[in-house]
Amino acid sequence: MTAIEERPVRVRRVSLRVTPRALVVGIVLAVVLFVLSAVSMTTGDYPLSVLDVVKTLFGFGDAGTDFIVTTLRLPRLLLAVLVGAALAVSGGVLQSLFGNPLGSPDVIGFTEGSATGALLVIVLAHGGSGEVALGALVGGVLTALAVGLLAYRRGLQGFRMILVGIGVAAMLTAANSYLITRASLQDAYAAQAWLVGGLNGRGWDEIWPVAIAVVVLLPLAFGYGRRLALLEMGDDSAKGLGVPVERSRAVLLAVAVTLCAIATAATGPIAFVALAAPQLAKRLARSAKPALVSSALMGALLLVASDLVTRLVFGEEGLPVGIATGAIGGLYLMWLLSNQWRRNRG
Amino acid sequence: MVVSVSPPVAAGPPAHRGRARTLRGGGLVCAVALLVLIMLVSLWVGSKSIPFGSTWSVLWHNDGSADAVIIHDQRLPRTLLGALVGAALGLAGAVMQALTRNPLADPGLLGVNNGAAAAVVSAIAFAGVTTVLGYVWFAFLGAAVASVVVYLLGTAGRGGATPDRLVMSGAALTAVLQAYIGAVLLIEPDTFNQFRFWNVGSLSGRRADVLVQVSPFVAVGIVLALLLARPLNVLALGEQTGKALGAHIGRTRVMGAIAVTLLCGASTAAIGPIAFIGLAVPQAVRILVGPDQRWVLPYSMILSPVLLIGSDVIGRILNPPEELQVGIVTAFLGAPVFIALCRRRKLARL
Repeated sequence: MTAIEERPVRVRRVSLRVTPRALVVGIVLAVVLFVLSAVSMTTGDYPLSVLDVVKTLFGFGDAGTDFIVTTLRLPRLLLAVLVGAALAVSGGVLQSLFGNPLGSPDVIGFTEGSATGALLVIVLAHGGSGEVALGALVGGVLTALAVGLLAYRRGLQGFRMILVGIGVAAMLTAANSYLITRASLQDAYAAQAWLVGGLNGRGWDEIWPVAIAVVVLLPLAFGYGRRLALLEMGDDSAKGLGVPVERSRAVLLAVAVTLCAIATAATGPIAFVALAAPQLAKRLARSAKPALVSSALMGALLLVASDLVTRLVFGEEGLPVGIATGAIGGLYLMWLLSNQWRRNRG
Repeated sequence: MVVSVSPPVAAGPPAHRGRARTLRGGGLVCAVALLVLIMLVSLWVGSKSIPFGSTWSVLWHNDGSADAVIIHDQRLPRTLLGALVGAALGLAGAVMQALTRNPLADPGLLGVNNGAAAAVVSAIAFAGVTTVLGYVWFAFLGAAVASVVVYLLGTAGRGGATPDRLVMSGAALTAVLQAYIGAVLLIEPDTFNQFRFWNVGSLSGRRADVLVQVSPFVAVGIVLALLLARPLNVLALGEQTGKALGAHIGRTRVMGAIAVTLLCGASTAAIGPIAFIGLAVPQAVRILVGPDQRWVLPYSMILSPVLLIGSDVIGRILNPPEELQVGIVTAFLGAPVFIALCRRRKLARL
């Protein structure tokens, strides 16, 4: 790995350290995300030109295009971007706090908690999509609180929290399997479909909570990003450098949990984004530091790309996007790993 | 990360060290006794009540009575399979965690569980396989292919298979396989209906034929894993130090991966994916006896089947004649103990 170059940039009283490679990676990701979004808006059962889409977005389209753009495609795209970014940042923060690439919300029980909440609503109360989302939100937050309380012992220690999270996750997974084996095939099937996670049939109602969460919490997470790098050096070093360790950790944890719970409530547990996006971003930027901004872009990109692929391959309302995120994210990560493998050999 | 290769007490005076060893040895004997006891209970308890006395006598003299048939054809293979699979899962988990030096690594991480699951799903959906016996070979094939792929991906040129790489490539392949499984299940509801019962993990309906098929693999895996105790201890010191001490790091990793594949592939093939035991039991054992693999491996091997068979027995008596799948009971029984252990003791790191 090459030495990481950093350049200080100073604009009046604000100064930033900029890593050129990370900056380039961020810009490239943003551009690719924009292009893919444009492709996603124009392709489908009714192909539109970019010009049509732009006109409609500014309120000059005809009724048919207007319906396709503002009711079908735009909410879907926005939801993909928001949920992808939220999951990626949540995963990035947790992985960094726990110092473990497996410390993503899917591993330590938060996602399972959301799933249990949703499954209870589906199987026992036969609730509609709104109630299911609420159940997922409550389940996720309660699980995170339970893990936090169970792991609390003179402060929150990352490692203990992971272990407790695994225990809780195991119980919840067992409960989920139990609910699925006890349910009628129809309910079990609905539950399985929810568990894969998808964007089908979601509209503006689902977007608002995620949008508010992302607008409020993402900047907060980015602001705490520097502290995250210091916290990775260990509690004592971080304290020595003037970081309020306990408070920073509590804030970051709360942010990560909320982002994950709200995103999961909107779309179901979409696999692998929280785990893969920060890792992919880190590997692309060749940086050892947590790169939350590029993680967010990578998460959004991963979800938009997966959505596009599922729509192209399986049709407009075909398979849920959660199928593709695992496949695309997993294959991409495998490709990156094998590339490093060849480079090291050669 | 704090790493110590020998138990912390080893630094103390010789008398103290001797006492600690006696304590651990005694604990191991107690654990074996507990395992034997729980196996007897598993033979005795079931939906048809057979008095303990006749259970005992019928066990040694198969007189052909109805009770003897139940015990010899159903309860005995089931109990032995539980012991075998439990031991395999516990050992596989302990080896996996030491190999990747990641306490979050469960034996499924090498892609073994999901490789097996993907193969079973394909077998149900495309080959029309419907019996447990039919699943076994598919599961094995899937497990082996998956772990080879993960190992190749995780093997970086210069450094060999570094732990972080193994973890990441395992996670990547797991995601791809899960996507495949999810897609097939959504497209083929009938397959889903069969698969959801396999996927929970259950000992019920497993007869002697399954036991005979998987036991050679488990036996080889157990021997291989136990032989690795010392090399794994050296590995815990880190790559540089390990090499300086003359350890064959690459060889240890390959052997470890083979052992995990054999153990985990066989048990997944036999009873379906059960993740929690392999993850939690070695973890709990390290809290109890310290990080020395020479103790961690045997303890994990004995205590895991205690948890598995115990859970199976409880699943049988909770709501007879229906059974609660062992995978579910294991998590509900094991997780609270595990959480309590994590709260109370000082945590032993890898």
